[in-house]
Amino acid sequence: MRFLPDAEQRAFTASLHAMLSAADTPAVVRDWSRGDHASGRALWSRIAEAGVFGLAVPQEYGGLEPHPVELALAFVELGRHAVPGPLVETVAAAVLLEDPPSAGRFLPGLVAGTDLATVAAPAGPALDGHASALRLALDGDAATLRLAVTADGLYLSTGAAGPVRRCLDPARRLTPLAPQGELLTADPPRERALTWGRLAVAAQALGVGLALLDRTVAYVGQRTQFGVPIGSFQAVKHRLADAMTALEFARPLVLGAATSLRPADVAAAKLKACEAAYGAARAALQLHGAIGYTAEFDLSLWLTRARALRTAWGAPEECRKLVLDDALKGPAGP
Amino acid sequence: MVDLSHSPADEEFRAEARAWLAAHVPRTPFPSLETAEGFAAHRGWEGELAADRWSVVSWPKEYGGRDAGLLRWLVFEEEYWAAGAPGRVGQNGVSLLAPTLFEHGTQEQRARVLPSMATGEVVWAQAWSEPEAGSDLASLTSRAVRTDGGWLISGQKTWSSRAAFADRAFGLFRSAPDTPRPHQGLTYLMFDLRAPGVTVRPIGRLDGRPAFAELFLDDVFVPDEDVIGEPGQGWRIAMSTAGEERGLTLRSPGRFLASAHRLVELWRSRGCPEHARARVADALIGARAYQLFTYAAASRFLEGERLGPESSMNKVFWSELDLALHETALDLLEEDGESADTAWSEGYVFALAGPIYAGANEIQRDIVAERLLGLPKGRR
Repeated sequence: MRFLPDAEQRAFTASLHAMLSAADTPAVVRDWSRGDHASGRALWSRIAEAGVFGLAVPQEYGGLEPHPVELALAFVELGRHAVPGPLVETVAAAVLLEDPPSAGRFLPGLVAGTDLATVAAPAGPALDGHASALRLALDGDAATLRLAVTADGLYLSTGAAGPVRRCLDPARRLTPLAPQGELLTADPPRERALTWGRLAVAAQALGVGLALLDRTVAYVGQRTQFGVPIGSFQAVKHRLADAMTALEFARPLVLGAATSLRPADVAAAKLKACEAAYGAARAALQLHGAIGYTAEFDLSLWLTRARALRTAWGAPEECRKLVLDDALKGPAGP
Repeated sequence: MVDLSHSPADEEFRAEARAWLAAHVPRTPFPSLETAEGFAAHRGWEGELAADRWSVVSWPKEYGGRDAGLLRWLVFEEEYWAAGAPGRVGQNGVSLLAPTLFEHGTQEQRARVLPSMATGEVVWAQAWSEPEAGSDLASLTSRAVRTDGGWLISGQKTWSSRAAFADRAFGLFRSAPDTPRPHQGLTYLMFDLRAPGVTVRPIGRLDGRPAFAELFLDDVFVPDEDVIGEPGQGWRIAMSTAGEERGLTLRSPGRFLASAHRLVELWRSRGCPEHARARVADALIGARAYQLFTYAAASRFLEGERLGPESSMNKVFWSELDLALHETALDLLEEDGESADTAWSEGYVFALAGPIYAGANEIQRDIVAERLLGLPKGRR
């Protein structure tokens, strides 16, 4: 029992944090939102160089072997810096493509960051492919590898089937995909891909929430009204104390889910990390006041992301259902 | 590397605890701890636990424990509450006074006080609050006046948990008046609740049961041997206790996990109603989050980190979790939810007090904001 990241894992996240801090990610997000992917692709390459996408890929395909804990720790940093793009989808794609012919063909490009993948899955739980309509794929315009999961298997999509849809988070560019195309495998590991994707979203949301908290703590410490910093008021303090508590109790759920990779644990982590991030977003908006309500102020990049992640990769009730179905099967032991 | 598995030796310890509990946990629940009859039954249970060294597993062997480390204590608690074992009547002494004695007491005090605490032979009550000193505890006015061979204590204490039936109590008294700051001049004392000059007036909590009491003290003699640490240093000594109280050892995750699993069973027995689905799931996830948070904190503690103010997040979290969990259970019971004799009613009444005692949650949020987030101090 040692439920803590070790020195090497901490050094890895610290170096990722340093690299992203120097990268002016808000400017990258704004480029990405306009459909200008150049700065985002450059950042993507550096994230790949840091080894992030290799954390879901076996060594024989250029990866570092599956390391869900390191992947989760990396995604906390990606969320903290509001990195745009189909990050989660690329991880899920790496899992979907694990079978030899596809793996050799596609995984090296994902690991190297030369390919960005997106995935369109049917609406409904567990990528189970029984519903007909496909969900929109994130950043279908930027992705170089577009996958569609249907009841019949995993397809290489022939391309976008319509224009990018405007989203409340302008950096998330949802695109309809055409499912028709080459059949890659009839039986992709749907549930494992969902688990890895959901774990990545959970970690990303935690990072988004931590950034919102940090920025708001800094703001209420320097913004003065009635002659004092507004952060000295108890109503402000308590709101931030609650935001911090929710985030700090979501953090071990994320780490625990990365350790067990049980779908119910991952669903619980996803639910609570997204709830905590959204709670932090609401507190951040309220405590910044009107300036926080503007698109121009960088806080908006995290505010809108927190909202989007709540329902991406499993809405709250879907996650709760997984948790309770698992619990009703009998206690998992302490 | 992140590792959530216990060592084989700790798993062996778990198996031993589980087997003992399966053989000894009473089949029918005791009467309420907050009644004379129930108090006596719970005291007897402490004796049964102690006879096989299960009452204070984390203490050194010489005082009746097993020298079990923090992780084994957590394992024991998981097994204890999963087995449906009775509430712990000695909790105040074990989780508040004992850590203080280990850190600040003398060898003589430990040898005299701890063994009878471990067996339940002496049950301890806390005597912190006063009518005019609650969250602002340092404003307390009960005094200790020097006399030959000890101190004479006088004043009024209140909300003294367990005092209606307990044997002895511990608390803070003002031994030096007119100090520059209220936190100075306080002395940490232990005293006998049956000593001349002590009047105990039980107070009925919300359900009428005397879960706490007022203490009227009129020149009660306390010998020097019952002063903990240096006279005048009581605040610092008590705060190390309060740190423990809010920290890892006051409410173990095992307790909430067991309650959450019972709640899932209740939900199932009621046909898994949709209206409660979200709250049942959140209670279960909350209990798991508290367990994992505690394992993370324990891991840091075992690597030599002091835990300090993060225990304030802990207190807010478990007290709100416990209350939400019991509220959900009562709602699931529908018409029976208002009964005082269901398996959930006393737990609910107890949970209602959680956000108030051991430092009100508003105080804890101030601590989180000021000491963890670094926000400026201000008027409360």
